[in-house]
Amino acid sequence: MDMIITISSGFFLLIGSFLCFSGAIGLLRFPDFYTRMHAVGVTDTLGAGMILVGLMIISTDFLVFAKLAMVLLLTLLIGPTTSHVLAKAAFHNGLTPKSLSNQEKNNKEISSSNT
Amino acid sequence: MIDIILLTLLVVVAIAIIRMKDLFAVVMLLGIYGLLSASFFVAMDAVDVAFTEAAVGAGISTLLMLVVIAMTGRKEKTNRHKPLPALCIVLITGGLLIYGTFDMPHFGAADAPIHQHVAPRYINDSMAEVGVPNIVTSVLASYRAFDTFGEVVVIFTAGIGVLTLLSVARRKEDAEKISSINDSMHEQHLVIRIVAKMLIPFIFLFALYVQFHGDFGPGGGFQAGVIFAAAIILYAMLFGLNTARKVINQTFIQLIAAVGVLLYGSVGIVSLMNDGNFFNYNVLASDPIAGQHLGILLIEWGVGCTVASVMMIIFFSFAGRLELHQHNERVKNQESS
Repeated sequence: MDMIITISSGFFLLIGSFLCFSGAIGLLRFPDFYTRMHAVGVTDTLGAGMILVGLMIISTDFLVFAKLAMVLLLTLLIGPTTSHVLAKAAFHNGLTPKSLSNQEKNNKEISSSNT
Repeated sequence: MIDIILLTLLVVVAIAIIRMKDLFAVVMLLGIYGLLSASFFVAMDAVDVAFTEAAVGAGISTLLMLVVIAMTGRKEKTNRHKPLPALCIVLITGGLLIYGTFDMPHFGAADAPIHQHVAPRYINDSMAEVGVPNIVTSVLASYRAFDTFGEVVVIFTAGIGVLTLLSVARRKEDAEKISSINDSMHEQHLVIRIVAKMLIPFIFLFALYVQFHGDFGPGGGFQAGVIFAAAIILYAMLFGLNTARKVINQTFIQLIAAVGVLLYGSVGIVSLMNDGNFFNYNVLASDPIAGQHLGILLIEWGVGCTVASVMMIIFFSFAGRLELHQHNERVKNQESS
C-alpha cells in the first residue's frame, strides 16, 4: 500500500513539474504575447494542480489534506480567470495576435495594390 | 541553499527596479520583490512577518501604487542631475555599514546579545504569563503593546493625511453622471465578476479566521485588516466605485478607523484604572491569563478595524480622484469636439 502511494504521488509530482517546466520554456520561446500567455496559463494551472494532487496523496494528516484541497480549488478557479483577464486586457488595449496582424497587413497591401 | 537563491533573486529584482523606466513594470517588480521577501521570511521560519509582507508588500501596496500610476502616467521623467556624487556617498556609507557588521556576532550564533537579552524570557515564560501559543502574538500584543499602539496610530495618521489631501467633495448629480459612464465601462467583465462573486465571501471568511486565529497561528489584526480591505477593493474595482460606495458608507469607515484606535487605547486606560500599568492586561479579568486573552482579543480587533478601514479610505480617495480626473477630461473633450 505504501509503495502504491509513494509511486502514484511521485508520478503526479513528476507530471506536474514537467508541465510547469514546459510552461516556462513556452514563456521564453513562443513568439508573441498571446501564445506565451497561453503556454503559461494552461500548463501552470494543470502543473500546479498535479503537484498539489501528488502532495495530497502522500499527506498523512487530514488537516494538511484539507488545506491542500482548498489550495487546489483556489488554483483551479483563479488560474484560468487571471489568464482570461490578462488576455482580455491586452486585446482591449489594441494588441493583436501576431499571425492575425500579419494577415491584416497582407490584406491591406493586396487591397492597396489592387486600387 | 534556498536562502542564497532567494537572496540572489532579490538582488536581481532590485537592480531591475532601479534600471527600469516604465513605472508600471516597476510596480509589478516591487510586488515580486515583496513576494520574494515573504518566501525568504518563510525560509527563515518567520511566518508572521512573511504573512504581513505577502499581504502588505506584495498585495495591497502594489494595488495602491497601480491606482496612483493610473493618475500620474507611467513613464519616469528623465533625470538631469549627475548621479556620481550620490554614488560616492552611497558607496562610502555602504562600505562603513558593511565594516560595522564585522563586529557583529556570527549569523545565528547562540551567544549573540539579541538572544540573551529579552528573548529567553519571551520563549520560556510567555506561555505561563500570557497563555497564547503563538509567541509572536504575545510579544506584539502584550509585551510590546505600546509599540503596536504606535504603529496603529501611524496607520490612522496616514489615513487622515490621505483624507485631508485627496478627499473630493462631490455633488449628487455629478455622481450619477459619473456612475452611468462607469457602469457601461464595467459591463463587460463578466467572467471575472462571477469568479469574484464566488470568491469574495471566502476572502472575508479567511480574513476573520486570520483575525481570530492570530493567537494560535500566524496572523493577527494587521494581516486580517489588509485582507478584508483587499476583498472590498476587489469589489470596488469590478463593480464600479459608486456601487461600492453604496455598499460601504464612507462616513462609516472613517468612523470605524477612529473607533479601532480608540478601542486599543481604551484597553490601556481601563488597565490603568484597574491599578495596573498601561496595557497590563492581567488586571482586566479576575484571572491574569483570562485577562491577557481578553486584552489581546480586544486590541487585535481594534488593529483590524483601523487597518481595514484606513486601507479602504486610501483606495477610495485615490480612486475617487482618478474618477473625477477622467470625468473632467471627458467633459473637456466633448466640449472641444
